[in-house]
Amino acid sequence: MNRLQRFLKTWLLLELLSGLGLTFRRMFKPKFTVHVPEEKTPQGPRFRGLHAQRRYPNGEERCIACKLCEAVCPALAITIDIAEREDGSRRTTRYDVDLSKCIYCGLCMESCPVDSIVLTRIYEYHGEQHSDLCFTKDMLLAIGDHYEAQIAKNLEEDAPYR
Amino acid sequence: MIQWLADFFGSMGTPGLVIWTMLKIVAITLPLPLCVAFLTLAERRVIGAMQSRCGPIRVGPNGILQPFADVLKMLFKEVVIPARANRLLFRFAPLLALAPAVAAWGTIPFSENLWLADLNAGLLYIMMMSSIGVYGIILAGWASNSRYALLGSLRSTAQLISYELAMGFALVGVILLANTLNLGDIVRHQAGGFWHWYFLPLFPLFVVYFIAAIAETNRHPFDMAEGESELVAGFHVEYSGIVFALFFLAEYMNMILLSVLAATLFLGGWMAPLPFFNELPLLGDGFLWLALKVAGLLFIFLWVRASFPRYRYDQIMRLGWKVFIPLTLVWIVVVAVAVRWSALFGGGA
Repeated sequence: MNRLQRFLKTWLLLELLSGLGLTFRRMFKPKFTVHVPEEKTPQGPRFRGLHAQRRYPNGEERCIACKLCEAVCPALAITIDIAEREDGSRRTTRYDVDLSKCIYCGLCMESCPVDSIVLTRIYEYHGEQHSDLCFTKDMLLAIGDHYEAQIAKNLEEDAPYR
Repeated sequence: MIQWLADFFGSMGTPGLVIWTMLKIVAITLPLPLCVAFLTLAERRVIGAMQSRCGPIRVGPNGILQPFADVLKMLFKEVVIPARANRLLFRFAPLLALAPAVAAWGTIPFSENLWLADLNAGLLYIMMMSSIGVYGIILAGWASNSRYALLGSLRSTAQLISYELAMGFALVGVILLANTLNLGDIVRHQAGGFWHWYFLPLFPLFVVYFIAAIAETNRHPFDMAEGESELVAGFHVEYSGIVFALFFLAEYMNMILLSVLAATLFLGGWMAPLPFFNELPLLGDGFLWLALKVAGLLFIFLWVRASFPRYRYDQIMRLGWKVFIPLTLVWIVVVAVAVRWSALFGGGA
């Protein structure tokens, strides 16, 4: 009986037909495609995109030049120079992120004691030469100023898990 | 209109006949690349749908212009000829693959009185033409002077020889039933509703024929000749630009040709499935039905491609030699006995 069953299965192409049936049914099911320029996939609060530097609400920059991010960065993408400001506080005179080195691991963001350096949800950017991808302190601060609302919301949503 | 043109050129003697034949050739060969173009689009859309994605939908409404964009891309690409290739054969091979694929259309009956040549050995001619196509593949593999190309073409040759046999045997069944090699007469033998079509008495042969057709055109799951994962692209690794497009065209034309042949031999060609359709306007017997059947068969080509993984090389050979050939031989004997029996005791086959 078993042999007969196997014989029939082979010669009636039953398994092949059931495979064909599966693909045929698939054809009428909804498609997973995201139509990219018009639609975008949802992003979580932990999305790690382009870097930004934040300020306090009074306009003072958060960064205290502790150099933790520079030390922790596994790709050595961050370069920091420090000097004392006129009011005696410790500030960075240079804060460069080389995006061509960065691996977007987010360790800088985790190490920062004052939530100054953060990764935003921006992921659509490009550079046509290497220097386009070297972001300076002013550029990072500008990004931070522009997207502060979104950044603050991300941090707030992620706070319970940190 | 067609009748008028035929009469007009017929009245001009030999030159008129030549012009009229040329016109017919153009009328057959011009729509073919268009069919191929839209077949590629259909392939991408169908396979896309079966894999739960969209396929090309950006160029033109619903991606309808995608094939033309592809052709333009191909045209503007550089044709790279490898330094140590045989330059003459390298250029000649795609033509040798394409020309038989086009030439075979000469004897296809599109409807009752719509064809180029009413050959008495039409079936034989088509078999011959589809066999010649493999020379293009062999030459392409050899002339490229590349190991992948050579391996691909060797595989393709072995595969073609194995499956040509099974396919030929499958066709012998049709010839036995119809008692003729003339494609038009074969279709006329199947007149009068789908229960007269040959795919019913010859069902195993029909299945074998169709699978062999997939193998002959080097389509999935028998595309050992291309085998992207092991041979990069097989015999056309070294081809680029419009020369590659010629191979592509030949492959798809062969696909359409074998589907048309399957429709003609097993599915009643231009005949309507139910006799009373003949009475209706628009539907009657004719090209429309042939096109519908061919479209259905081509869909199966794409469907199979979306469903099955590639065969291993020795499995292909085993399937061809140890399964298909014995199967077709047995069924030919059955058919022959049945035909003889009904000729002796019944009213003829």
